[in-house]
Amino acid sequence: MNADFPVALILILGGALVPLFRGGMRSVYMLLLPVVAFAWLLVLPQGEFGQVHLLGQTLVLMRVDRLSLLFGYIFLIASLLNVIYALHVKDTVQHVAGLVYAGSAIGAVFAGDLATLFVYWELTAVSSVLLIWARRSESAFRAGMRYLLVQLLSGMFLLVGGLLHWQATGTLEFSQIGLSGAAGTLILIAFGIKCAFPLLHNWLQDAYPEATPTGTAVLSAFTTKLGIYALARAFPGTEMLIWIGTAMAAFPIFYAVIENDLRRVLAYSMNNQLGFMVVGVGIGSELAINGAVAHAFADILFKALLFMSMGAVLLRTGTVKGSELGGLYKSMPWTTGFCMVGAASISAFPLFSGFVTKSMIMSAAAGEGMLATWLVLLFASAGVFHHAGIKIPYFAFFAHDSGIRCEEAPRNMLLAMAVTAALCIGIGVFPGALYGILPYAVVYEPYTASHVVAQLQLLLFSALAFSVLMRTGIYPPELRSVNLDSDWLYRVVAPLAVSFGGGLIGGVQRAGGAAFSAGIQRVVDFTHRESQPQGLLVRTWPTGSMALWVMVMLLAYLVLYYVR
Amino acid sequence: MSQPKKYWLDRGENVTKLYRGLWVLGIALVALDLFLHKHEDFDFAARFGFYAIYGFVACVALVLTAKLLRRVLMRSEDYYER
Repeated sequence: MNADFPVALILILGGALVPLFRGGMRSVYMLLLPVVAFAWLLVLPQGEFGQVHLLGQTLVLMRVDRLSLLFGYIFLIASLLNVIYALHVKDTVQHVAGLVYAGSAIGAVFAGDLATLFVYWELTAVSSVLLIWARRSESAFRAGMRYLLVQLLSGMFLLVGGLLHWQATGTLEFSQIGLSGAAGTLILIAFGIKCAFPLLHNWLQDAYPEATPTGTAVLSAFTTKLGIYALARAFPGTEMLIWIGTAMAAFPIFYAVIENDLRRVLAYSMNNQLGFMVVGVGIGSELAINGAVAHAFADILFKALLFMSMGAVLLRTGTVKGSELGGLYKSMPWTTGFCMVGAASISAFPLFSGFVTKSMIMSAAAGEGMLATWLVLLFASAGVFHHAGIKIPYFAFFAHDSGIRCEEAPRNMLLAMAVTAALCIGIGVFPGALYGILPYAVVYEPYTASHVVAQLQLLLFSALAFSVLMRTGIYPPELRSVNLDSDWLYRVVAPLAVSFGGGLIGGVQRAGGAAFSAGIQRVVDFTHRESQPQGLLVRTWPTGSMALWVMVMLLAYLVLYYVR
Repeated sequence: MSQPKKYWLDRGENVTKLYRGLWVLGIALVALDLFLHKHEDFDFAARFGFYAIYGFVACVALVLTAKLLRRVLMRSEDYYER
């Protein structure tokens, strides 16, 4: 074997060939792709491979170390589970998009330089939007457009930040960058968009619930966790991240409580879990980084499991609105059970995955004496049980009986959920297996009597709070509604501003009359003059600045196209 | 036509049983604090019943705040389509 071969291509090229296969052959072929890639990772030596020399720079297509391997493993596991989960889907586009998307995320994880990272970064955006558009509805199309716009914006920041970084340091190497200078700030914003930092977060809640039943499960695994990986690579120990992460862990849970679309509730809770990871990266100690990436690993599984269970509900009932559902445990007992395993895992019940990973971050924060952060994270831990652990299973499967009677989920979906649930429990019961592949040696022991009892007390009394509020009728009912979030700024305010601006220009044009035409004539004359040899418009410009301006123009076009 | 199957949870008194059971379990867990010495980085966290009280208060505060937020944030379902 050749270590220089970029493992991402197995999924990207392999995924592109899916349309050539039909029926059972296609299923076997799609299942094989992540398995082969995983086997490839297992035998890879550590080091930097796939080096390409370009413009005086060395691009590294395969940087294999403990951090990239960890994310490589989990992305491939997630990809395999997603393939199983979506086996019943006939829509070829979704299969191709899912595999290419997973492959590009893996390519980004193994990228050793910013240029390679950028290419895969954009590929994840373009391939993943197909999973949203595959819903083939007007609202999914529009949400996908907004999603793509935000993802490409992140790519823009990465491109410009990367070029500035190159200029400042003379290298494109993708390693510790830190917040010194404009380059670091721009790259942090690029990563921050993918990680769904506060105010940069809303693409997540906007777009994920609009994807297909299987598509949302696929989406949940990669983009945000790629952001966490990039953050852990380039900004460990950046203090600002502690505060950003703390805010992220707290604010989405308020939205989650009042949100009616259960997949959107999960998107908010995902935002909250990402907050824990960002705090871990911000603290930057070995324990904290281990905790952040271990929690990313666990989160991919339990969040996929929760999205899978809601995807099954959506497939069978046609809705995931809390106000319409209830009593589904009678029709979908297995899905109910798997959903509850996911709920217990995200809530960090002892013996479930979240318990052994999230606690490392909590412990790191407490060990550094960060009182405010620790208290907010504890609040968020209680809150996540409340909205993801209880609310999701309760309103979908229990609560009042909605009268909906449907079939249990298809077998392939049940199998995918069963395997994911087994992994969630497996990590919780045998944390050593996960701890053994973390970037640093682990000296942390999650199962102490003190920790187990404390966590059970916290969770049980959160459940009691829910029960008391429910039985006294104080708990806010699920209502058909939308809640304003930061997307309001670009969905309502920006179009208004554009139409106001357009009106203003029209007004000036009418009022200006002759002066306006003369102005236009001057522009035409100028253009004519500068188009002569040696003119401004026909001069040779550096390729870099041209590329930059093309990007700016494309972006401006996208923005105008959307808000128009 | 056959009677729809009646489930254990369909009966109100069973739900009440579950609810009371939850309280018993909770109180038993807090009682463990009398015997178990917790190792905590922050001293106050090792005090009797800290996690139970914090969890309960946090969730009630969360729900009440979120309920208030609804007044500001909630719009009709077709808000963005209009």
